[in-house]
Amino acid sequence: LSGSPALRLPDRNSASPRRSPSPSQPPMARRSAPLLRRLVSSAPPLPGHGGGARRTVTYMPRPGDGTPRPVTLIPGDGIGPLVTGAVEQVMEAMHAPVYFESYDVHGDMPAVPPAVIESIRRNKVCLKGGLATPVGGGVSSLNMQLRKELDLFASLVNCANVPGLPTRHQNVDIVVIRENTEGEYSGLEHEVVPGVVESLKVITKFCSERIAKYAFEYAYLNYRKKVTAVHKANIMKLADGLFLESCREIAAKYPSIEYNEIIVDNCCMQLVSRPEQFDVMVTPNLYGNLVANTAAGLVGGTGVMPGGNVGQDHAIFEQGASAGNVGNDNLVEQQKANPVALLLSSAMMLRHLQFPSFADRLETAVKRVIADGKYRTKDLGGTSTTQEVTDAVIANLD
Amino acid sequence: VFNVAGVPIEWEEHYVGTEVDPRTESFLTWESLESVRRNKVGLKGPMATPIGKGHRSLNLTLRKELGLYANVRPCNSLPGYKTRYDDVNLVTIRENTEGEYSGLEHQVVRGVVESLKIITRQASLRVAEYAFHYAKANGRERVSAIHKANIMRKTDGLFLKCCREVAEKYPEITYEEVIIDNCCMTLVKNPGTFDVLVMPNLYGDIISDLCAGLIGGLGLTPSCNIGEGGICLAEAVHGSAPDISGKNLANPTALMLSAVMMLRHLQFNDQADRIHNAILQTIAEGKYRTADLGGKSSTSDYTKAVCDHI
Repeated sequence: LSGSPALRLPDRNSASPRRSPSPSQPPMARRSAPLLRRLVSSAPPLPGHGGGARRTVTYMPRPGDGTPRPVTLIPGDGIGPLVTGAVEQVMEAMHAPVYFESYDVHGDMPAVPPAVIESIRRNKVCLKGGLATPVGGGVSSLNMQLRKELDLFASLVNCANVPGLPTRHQNVDIVVIRENTEGEYSGLEHEVVPGVVESLKVITKFCSERIAKYAFEYAYLNYRKKVTAVHKANIMKLADGLFLESCREIAAKYPSIEYNEIIVDNCCMQLVSRPEQFDVMVTPNLYGNLVANTAAGLVGGTGVMPGGNVGQDHAIFEQGASAGNVGNDNLVEQQKANPVALLLSSAMMLRHLQFPSFADRLETAVKRVIADGKYRTKDLGGTSTTQEVTDAVIANLD
Repeated sequence: VFNVAGVPIEWEEHYVGTEVDPRTESFLTWESLESVRRNKVGLKGPMATPIGKGHRSLNLTLRKELGLYANVRPCNSLPGYKTRYDDVNLVTIRENTEGEYSGLEHQVVRGVVESLKIITRQASLRVAEYAFHYAKANGRERVSAIHKANIMRKTDGLFLKCCREVAEKYPEITYEEVIIDNCCMTLVKNPGTFDVLVMPNLYGDIISDLCAGLIGGLGLTPSCNIGEGGICLAEAVHGSAPDISGKNLANPTALMLSAVMMLRHLQFNDQADRIHNAILQTIAEGKYRTADLGGKSSTSDYTKAVCDHI
């Protein structure tokens, strides 16, 4: 709480003395009262709320909700193990009611081991570092395989300015919701004759409808005002036309949410000049990839953007943009990968598991560390190692 | 501007017709196309295709009939016109004939649509050759191929293979491959790291518009289409803006810069440089700017200022 001036908010309970954290923490029940008081008086606005609305913490759990939940953990390749290690340390420090079942999966395996899929089906939630997909080789992307196998049809990336991190654009708060299973990534390619290759882009009404439904539902539940559909229907009239048709049908059912459409090339141009105009964006698979990465780059890059993939029954949380980007060997050797993206994704995961106050604590600590500016990894302009950032986050936990 | 700079060319003017020419199945006349084929060099203003009239789009007609296979867009930050990015100095070269825009779609059953993306060795080699040739001719040091071959292994894989083959013939130029996600992110964070980008159709469309956005929009971006047999058709990529038509308010910078590209293609480098510098100076001074750049000048005032600077 002795944080930087940027994060100090008016303390309504100024009568009560501030408690400095004691070395031996009292048990959970006794800590919760001052914790609640502090949260109510100084919780920063959560992402996606535009700095205005504050969420109340009167969350009434059901009896037994505090039992530790198992979560599948896939450290992955490259910097994956580094950053998932950071998450494990922070969860430990917070005494969060989750425990991890770790599985070794690498991008060059032919398929995801059935034991891992079993585990995710059982636990319903997974946290994952990146899996590197070899380029042009004979192996199909394991990231894609997981998504298809578990039918995680929506991928969500939240791109918002992090306070204290200077970027070229301000007031950016975009959520990109991307269809995750079909479109250009159907993997259906074949060589017609030598030197001529075809790739099928498949768009179905079923998938387009459910992603549109998810996008509008998300906007409704998170008090978002506008949903923009990104397409190229002037050229791909049937395919993207079908996608747009589905979006329009669902939009009609949510009259209080504004809906508009934008062609993907114009969209990218607008993103780099006036990103403030976008709120929630719903896109088919490939455009979603590009738009999410562009939006993530606007506010700080792969290292800071949280994201997740969600389906009817399961959810996998991973770094928001570019799940296949596992950094280069240098980063791994010097241990300088940025754990912020995965830490923020794990906060999303905690909320998904209905542990909101742990999520808030984690997010607050991470944001404080970034705003402070002392411990930043290379991609944010600093020189710290992963461990230093992790330690700083733990030190900043309430 | 060309008159003032003393450029030794003669214009053959052609206009879009008012009815469909059966030989081209569009409003473009056969004579216009023949003229471009004959002269090999052209300059085109923006054209609008009326929607829903059941004939081919004008741009598509041009592309198919003239075999325009590469679209080249140099994006350079204009000194004096401040955007959030100051160090953009790259060229995007986009394959323009196949890829995702082949227009081959069909409905399999109700509610399921397939769209074909086609990549051929011939088209990929052609555009890669042009990209490296352009890089060498313009003193560029690096060519980056943008792809998504980790997912679309055969199609983008073929594109990459062709690029690699051509790269071997130009050992003095650095060649690299960048996945499109990383490319987008790096463009938005650090555009100065890119030099020449070569891409298949869809990525090219999106990335070239993204780069145009980095330097200030389509009103300032030149563009040039390269066709079979050495045809070079320079054009402005912005729309026809019917709302300000005839009012002397439009910004001619995009078309002027495209004309400069055309002059360089014709190797009138001296005049090209003089006109280019005149345009940059006019914008940098800031006294004569059209409305889209935040100024109040008319098209003719701006043009006169450029002429004065030559």
